Amino acid sequence: MRVRPGAAATRIAAVAAVLAMVLAGCGAGGRSEDPGGASDVGVTPTSIKVGAHFPLTGVAAPGYSEIPTGTRAYFDWVNANGGVNGRQIEYIFRDDAYTPTQTTQVVNELVLRDQVFAVTGGLGTATHGAVLDFLNSEGVPDLFASSGSLLWNQPEQNPMTFGWQPDYEVEGKILGQYIAQTYPNARVGLLLQDDDFGRDGEVGVRRTLNTQIVSVARYTSGATDITPQVSQLQAQGADLVIGFTVPSYTARSQLAAQQLNYRPQWAYSNVGSDPTLVGGLLQRLSQGQSGPNPLEGVLTTKYLPGPEETNDPWVQLFSQVWAAHGDGGPLTSFRIYGMSEAYTFVQALQAAGPAPTRQGLVDAVERQGGGPDGFRGPAYPPFRYGPDSHAGMAGVAVARLQGGSTVPLTPVRLTDNGDAPITDAPAQERPAPPPQGIPTVVPTGS
Amino acid sequence: MTDTEAAADVPTPGRPQPSGPPASRWSALVARVRRPGTPLGRHLRGLVIGAVIVIALLELVSPFRVSQITTLSYYVVACAGLTLLTGINGQISLGHGALMAVGGYTTALLLPAGLPFLVAILTGAVAAGIVGIIVGAAAAKLHGPYLAGATLALAVGLPGLALAFADTLGGEQGLTVDVPRPPAWFADAHFFLFGSDPSTTQYLAYIGALVAGLVLFLLANLHTSRYGRVWRAVRDDEVAAELAGLRLGRLRVLAFVVSAVCAGLAGGVLALATRLVAPSGFTIVLSLSLIAAVVIGGLGSLTGAVLGSAVIVFLPPLVTGLGARAGLSDVQAAELAPLTYGLVLVLVMIFAADGAAGLVRRLGGRLRRRQGPGTGPPRSGHDAAQESDDAARRTS
Amino acid sequence: MQQFLDLTLSGLSQGAIYAAFALALVLIWRSTRVVNFAQGAMGMFTTYLALLAVDAGWSYWAALLLALGSGLLLGAFIERVVIRPVENGPELNPVIVTLGVFIALQALASLLFGAQYRSFPAPFGLTGLQAGSVNLAITPYGLFTIGAVLVTMIALVALFRFTDLGLRLRASAFNGEVSRLLGVPVGRMLTLGWALAAVVGSLSGLLIAGGELVWPAYMDPLIVYGFVAAVLGGLDSPAGAVIGGVAIGLALSYVSGYAGSEFAGLAALLILVAVLLVRPAGLFGRATVRKV
Repeated sequence: MRVRPGAAATRIAAVAAVLAMVLAGCGAGGRSEDPGGASDVGVTPTSIKVGAHFPLTGVAAPGYSEIPTGTRAYFDWVNANGGVNGRQIEYIFRDDAYTPTQTTQVVNELVLRDQVFAVTGGLGTATHGAVLDFLNSEGVPDLFASSGSLLWNQPEQNPMTFGWQPDYEVEGKILGQYIAQTYPNARVGLLLQDDDFGRDGEVGVRRTLNTQIVSVARYTSGATDITPQVSQLQAQGADLVIGFTVPSYTARSQLAAQQLNYRPQWAYSNVGSDPTLVGGLLQRLSQGQSGPNPLEGVLTTKYLPGPEETNDPWVQLFSQVWAAHGDGGPLTSFRIYGMSEAYTFVQALQAAGPAPTRQGLVDAVERQGGGPDGFRGPAYPPFRYGPDSHAGMAGVAVARLQGGSTVPLTPVRLTDNGDAPITDAPAQERPAPPPQGIPTVVPTGS
Repeated sequence: MTDTEAAADVPTPGRPQPSGPPASRWSALVARVRRPGTPLGRHLRGLVIGAVIVIALLELVSPFRVSQITTLSYYVVACAGLTLLTGINGQISLGHGALMAVGGYTTALLLPAGLPFLVAILTGAVAAGIVGIIVGAAAAKLHGPYLAGATLALAVGLPGLALAFADTLGGEQGLTVDVPRPPAWFADAHFFLFGSDPSTTQYLAYIGALVAGLVLFLLANLHTSRYGRVWRAVRDDEVAAELAGLRLGRLRVLAFVVSAVCAGLAGGVLALATRLVAPSGFTIVLSLSLIAAVVIGGLGSLTGAVLGSAVIVFLPPLVTGLGARAGLSDVQAAELAPLTYGLVLVLVMIFAADGAAGLVRRLGGRLRRRQGPGTGPPRSGHDAAQESDDAARRTS
Repeated sequence: MQQFLDLTLSGLSQGAIYAAFALALVLIWRSTRVVNFAQGAMGMFTTYLALLAVDAGWSYWAALLLALGSGLLLGAFIERVVIRPVENGPELNPVIVTLGVFIALQALASLLFGAQYRSFPAPFGLTGLQAGSVNLAITPYGLFTIGAVLVTMIALVALFRFTDLGLRLRASAFNGEVSRLLGVPVGRMLTLGWALAAVVGSLSGLLIAGGELVWPAYMDPLIVYGFVAAVLGGLDSPAGAVIGGVAIGLALSYVSGYAGSEFAGLAALLILVAVLLVRPAGLFGRATVRKV
């Protein structure tokens, strides 16, 4: 009846020894600590390796797991047309199940084992936030994080990291200003996801609409029922509700409002207003009492064309790309998002020149990416990139959901964080897709 | 090498001993350590051998493997504590992830205050221990599914605090952790021994391995101590233990506190390794994977805690890689990891209820028998009998 | 006042959903003494089957029957294949097996059906009812859910209290050896217990899905709250499960509405711990069955 763990200790040692052999067997061997980041890690004369982390399993997988499939399809399209400067883009994306601990592990794997040249499109604020310090201290370019957090724009502290989509504050400012001008008597309620998405959105909205806000309700991501939150907005007399909600909670807020017989004017952040996804979901629910799309008339913002806009030349291009290299599923707004990010990444790679280095890539985005003459593509607004700014797109257009599509109500409006004024973008059109659908950015003097 | 220092942290001849002639006490201790039969000696030997192997690993394998060892180390620490609670004392906990959160958040809050990270991690462990007293006191009254339900609710409820006190705890986005860079003395020592400067990844792995080694060593001694025996007695037959005059409630709370302290330490290491603490890092999935690791490894066995943790850390990327190579799309290959993981849990329970540790033991036993009598240390056979006996009698 | 009414009524509908889930847990606990963590995943899986049927043009009710029928088979299959080998082992082992089944089924569903959001139609309206000028935050579908849960509860009470089968189920779970000596086919009873519980679990999966979004992890939050409801009710009593479910539903609704939804999980924890400290076997559990 005594002493087994003692023997256990020696056994642990034995096990560790076995483990050592196994590990040494599969270890990649030589270390490659690259001094200073001025390196060509992940680049060969014929290939360039790029990594990403996405939630492919678990609670956040619906929707988001489609983004990297779009990115991959576009990279495959580029590869089929000769690659970038003769290099095939090798795109590796790994599952982090939307938990920061796993993000750390898979990004370690991407950087230390797969030896990627750069990371692109890493998704999520908490998840990507966990690897921010690591990527920057290892000198890995961290382009175009897939979230509108303000964290990505800290060029002093995180020189390798860049945002991509308009941040939630900018979106909130522009949406708020439109509502203040169009509905000056509205009693506004805010329905916010209780994280940086809702918080930054609220900051933006308050900059342009502060006095009209009568109620703020917050829900926790993961909550099973948001009827209590919607009920609060109703009780406090809001007749226009702005939702900074993800798609599933947009649908739930509509269901809750139906249950409460609450019919305010709704406005949703671009994140949660996908007419095909959310509208389609809601329409099916009310099967049997076929009415109009429940999202009809809802206000939102847009910065990319949606898959339903089949006349848009960029959507036509992406349909072609998806038909050639997709996995057979439908072309969704998530996939268009992924392809558009990939498009910007190819532009950055071209701008970094024929012998790209990690630092060179970052410099190229700072030098050439921003402004109306910078990296332009499927997105309506230009980027804000520059030596002092790693912020993504500079604005959005306010739009209304109508007939299953988003119809712009305003020209693209541009602004910046803080008190920066809101201006209409010059009437200059977004460029048409280049021939072959591959950008042709010429590196300028570095 | 920090591990070997810890191992050498037994009284040295130079240090005065509280009573008796120092020399004779020292030689008595040396004798105890030398004699393979005593638990302390074997544990020390295991610690030294383990330390040597870990150091060799950290210096030889690729940086990615080094980072995996860091991950492994916090799983080992948490699982070692959980296996004591569930395997030795018979209390199930589905909420150890929440206790890890207590340790992790405490560490993340204290580091910016300029405290050395070891102090921060230890404070985190103390904080988790205090929470463990409260939870343990409640848990001591509960049994079986009621305990499982209460601890499950703990795993789901506690992270809500981070959202409720978003100003201090950072809300959904969490708190970033400034990772300690290798201090000068460590870098110098490392350079002296291995001729290279240590990377941050390596330094973190050393911290993790140090904590894991110490925890395993201390728990191994605790297992063989009077407390280990008493805990097993409580697990095996409450009524008899109570009749024998043992205070069940107090013993249960103590077991809970010890394992909570381990969870707190693990949370601290996790905070350093992840460089962030956020509610989404401490979900119910973490708690369930801890209990899964403990069961896969073999309940009540420290070896099992190490093996089970290794399965949790190494299996998912392995399976995903295999799936991708077999031609599945990346999204499908990613789903293979949880699928395999679930199936392994089921299969282990059906075919090897004493887990990987039991499997290793049985294989070892068979080998020894084949070698004939006398070659293997007789005690091991006794151990094996004891462990399988334990496995058979596990009830909660 | 209107808000209080809203919160109460929406808490009731939500509570009915927790109750449905808790009923399945209670049934399995009573007939096999196992807490089935795979319940949610099993209900999710059969709901997906029903969704496939609806997509193929079946009516809601035919799909419902399909889900219940496949639940029956799935429950029996799981008991026979993976639970039977560990049933006589330590108490923890079946728990771990059900955890494994839970994880594997969820991954399998993602592989087979895809991880996208789908919507599951409801057979009744989703618009709140109105009494005169007062709006009632309860929908026809919510009433259907509450009714279905009450009918299930009454059926289970009747099964256990008044039928021979119920007696045999309870006997096999309580003491397999003695029951066997008395001529009860214990093995068959255990399989039947799992099968019946899986039917109730499938029903709960469907009730939760109706008029909502479905994806492979949609049952996850309910596993916790449904489990808390069942434990609150004492795990042993169908009526306790329903009362526990409604109590949790109401409490979470009030806490979420008046204090904030981030406190919902904490509230569930505090309620559970408070109740268990006073009554360690739940509100309606009998302490005598605790130890043998």
